[in-house]
Amino acid sequence: MPKVTFIEHNGTAHTVEAANGESLMRAAVDNNVPGIDGDCGGECACATCHVYVEADWWEKVGGRTETEETMLSFAAATKDNSRLCCQIMMSDALDGIVVHTPDGQH
Amino acid sequence: MTSVVVVGAGHAAIQLAASLRQGRFDGPITLIADEAGLPYQRPPLSKAFLAGHMDEPALALRPANFYAAQNVTVVENDPASAIDRAGHAVVTASGARIGYGHLVLATGAANRALPVPGADLPGVVGLRSLAEARGMKAILGDLKRVVVIGAGFIGLEFAAVAAERGIAVTLIEAAPRPLMRGVSAVMSDYLAAAHRGWGTRLLTGTGVSAIIGTTRAEGVELSTGEIVPADLVLVAIGVVPNTGLAAAAGLEVGNGIVVDSLLATADPAISAMGDCAAFPMEGQGRIRLESVQNASDQARCLADRLLGKPAAYAKLPWFWSDQGALKLQIAGLSGGHDRTILRGDPASGAFSVFCYQGERLLAVESLNRAPDHMAARRFLAGAAAVTPEQAADPMFDLRTAN
Repeated sequence: MPKVTFIEHNGTAHTVEAANGESLMRAAVDNNVPGIDGDCGGECACATCHVYVEADWWEKVGGRTETEETMLSFAAATKDNSRLCCQIMMSDALDGIVVHTPDGQH
Repeated sequence: MTSVVVVGAGHAAIQLAASLRQGRFDGPITLIADEAGLPYQRPPLSKAFLAGHMDEPALALRPANFYAAQNVTVVENDPASAIDRAGHAVVTASGARIGYGHLVLATGAANRALPVPGADLPGVVGLRSLAEARGMKAILGDLKRVVVIGAGFIGLEFAAVAAERGIAVTLIEAAPRPLMRGVSAVMSDYLAAAHRGWGTRLLTGTGVSAIIGTTRAEGVELSTGEIVPADLVLVAIGVVPNTGLAAAAGLEVGNGIVVDSLLATADPAISAMGDCAAFPMEGQGRIRLESVQNASDQARCLADRLLGKPAAYAKLPWFWSDQGALKLQIAGLSGGHDRTILRGDPASGAFSVFCYQGERLLAVESLNRAPDHMAARRFLAGAAAVTPEQAADPMFDLRTAN
């Protein structure tokens, strides 16, 4: 199964498996990765699964959706490489992707 | 603290277990569940699950391997029957005795029973548990006419799903308007019109005097004397908190299990959270909330205390409801508002209602306007402020408020 690495604000890395088609948010919550809340359950309605995508992967994850863009504009500490990871679906092309979690989701 | 036992296995219980493990708590965690099977999400039961957009595996709060990986024990299908406070143990229906270092009551709530003749007939159902939702889903295709009693969130959500399937829906509400306690008159009126537009016969200010039928429900007799025929009657008149276990153990209960701002009961070894907990909130007195947000945030708050970082619970309440294509999001509690400011045009199908008490913003109800909801959560959490004039101005960008 493809893998994704979440790196916490404090530097702790968590590498977990995610099935193809599964969102990175789901993989984080299912594996109890700290720093990803996913309060709305993947509806792109809460902006509590904010991550920063590492430069090497930015092109591969594709663009933000329109709703996601709007939600991110209300999130704290956004950067050019911010995404809501409920909107990033795992695929073989993303095997090994690395994302960083912000200091907090609220 | 040596071990944590939670009575309940809903949103709050699972979040507490997850947060404790994230915080490096390494003692035993045991969740005592009334039901069999993996702990599941309730909100989709009356929405996506019933409508067929979400299957049963997707309802699980966490996959099966989560519990082994996180070393969390779920005692399934064995309701807690008593608390031995002196002996620090919970006794279950099967007779098992489970010792605790700290006990957390996350017992949730139960459907409020309809106090009229015939309410116990087959064909009179509730919609709260997965078992109830499964039963409903299995027969939905055969239903021609349903009566829904109660135009709260569950009643409205179910009515939307049923009407969309071509079922003739009669929705009966005792109050003058739907969601009387939950939303402003503006939003309530909009929702009432929307449901009527979908073909639902919505009767407000109307009581129910009996369920008619001999071997199963065949109709509902209204306070007006009219009898509305029905293949099925859904009772959705709210819930009552599950306080019996706490009360029998001598803990204070009222509208919920009474806790302080740290979510602690008078017994230092017992806390309560989620739908069952009556907690103090600034400006509101002691309240009880039924929502995923409240369950999740209280669980995080309590986990922090059990991990040695106590803080008063003070999170902003927020809610959502999907009815057909309408996505309603509410931030804050609107009770006591004395004026409403409309942002956006209801005729466009996307608008928000800003509920003010004087100059103070109490709540914002957004319909198909998620950005307003996100902005409202910032305002209501005190991170920024918006005046009634700004809220009413369509050219004002809420993101620029400070």
